Amino acid sequence: MKVYTETVVHSAPEAYVGDAPYQIAIVIRDDGSRVTGRIAGEHAAIGDEVEPAGTRDGLPYFKKTGGGKA
Amino acid sequence: MRPVAVIGLGKTPFGAFPDRDLRSLAVEAGRKCLEDGHLRAPQVEAFYLGNFAGPSFTGQNHLAPFVGAGLGLAGIPCTRVENACASGGSAFFHAWTAVAAGVYDLVLVAGVEKMTSQPTPRVAEILASAGDVEGEMRAGATFPALFAMIARRHMHDFGTRREDLAAVSVKNHANGARNPYAHMRKVITLDQALAGRPVAEPLTLYDCSLVSDGAAAVLLAPIERAAEFTDRHVRVAACAQTSDSVALDEKEDITTFPAVKRAAQKAYAMAGLTAGDIQFAELHDCFTIAEIIATEDLGFVRRGEGGAYASEGCTLPTGPRPVNASGGLKSKGHPVGATGVAQICDVSMQIRGDAGPIQLERNEIGLAQNLGGSGATAVVTILLKP
Repeated sequence: MKVYTETVVHSAPEAYVGDAPYQIAIVIRDDGSRVTGRIAGEHAAIGDEVEPAGTRDGLPYFKKTGGGKA
Repeated sequence: MRPVAVIGLGKTPFGAFPDRDLRSLAVEAGRKCLEDGHLRAPQVEAFYLGNFAGPSFTGQNHLAPFVGAGLGLAGIPCTRVENACASGGSAFFHAWTAVAAGVYDLVLVAGVEKMTSQPTPRVAEILASAGDVEGEMRAGATFPALFAMIARRHMHDFGTRREDLAAVSVKNHANGARNPYAHMRKVITLDQALAGRPVAEPLTLYDCSLVSDGAAAVLLAPIERAAEFTDRHVRVAACAQTSDSVALDEKEDITTFPAVKRAAQKAYAMAGLTAGDIQFAELHDCFTIAEIIATEDLGFVRRGEGGAYASEGCTLPTGPRPVNASGGLKSKGHPVGATGVAQICDVSMQIRGDAGPIQLERNEIGLAQNLGGSGATAVVTILLKP
């Protein structure tokens, strides 16, 4: 799965003020469909490979595969 | 379909008005419009009200007859139209179709939003409902975050720079500073724009339009009757409304708004014009990147070159094709439901030669583009000097 686009949110909605700043991304799954989710851990850039990293209250998380620097 | 004219217009200033409620703003714009068009309220045959979230911001539903009664409209069809930030433009489109089709002769369109009486987090939550609430907003997206992701991808695909976004902000602030109707009248420098507080990277406070109160109204009539009411009507050469998916993650390529491209194609075809004929425009700069992409989607500049187009001064009031001489949503303000109608007012005022301190020289063929959400609704209108 690849990062199609992303941003780091500083001005968060009320429910997530405690999380800010956090990174969200639109991720392209292997079947071509897309999903909006959170990036866990290391900052991900457009084109980076990511993998699912669980969910929190139905909110999908993704993290860079391999973990180490490209 | 018969040709339609704008025969009257009226606006309130945009800003934060704690002592003004939604109805009083809409009534002020409507009354100014009727006066401008030399019409009495009982002569109006139908009323369309563009409003995004009056029920959420003020608790009042059933807004079109509510405002209509305040204006003294006499038992006519009163309908509220909602399409997020394109509510005003959509109301205008439907009013235009009714007059063009010969269903009514004299139609009033107004747009209004009262936003500043709610605290900021509540405003953000209400604005977020213009996106896909379950899909993208629950992930923690905000409206600025959606456009930040659009900007990121545009920068990745085309090399658009933060300086290009900032150039749009500097221009629109400078234009708004000369506009007596504008919410924010403050000149800024490129360095100030670049150093703004980050909202969602790469967008800063200076890339985001304002939360404002305000209203605007226009009167439509068939061209053949315009002279009964005014000696300075403006011809509606074309109006097109289109749609696309609401969720950003359902779009193939987020660096363009297909709804805008299609609305533009339909409008140019209807008017018998091309992009090159458009002399000036009021475009939907909810965020600076949206203005850049709009100039590409409308064919003012090639795909991907909107950033350079802005940075090179092509959209300045002194440039070859001025964009947002009013200050745009960035500086004029963005009372959501009012915006689309205010754009029609602003283009019409330019054409009539009564834009005052922001009057452009080349003012015969103007375009207004109103965008809903992150591209789910687009309305493109072309107005001409008769």
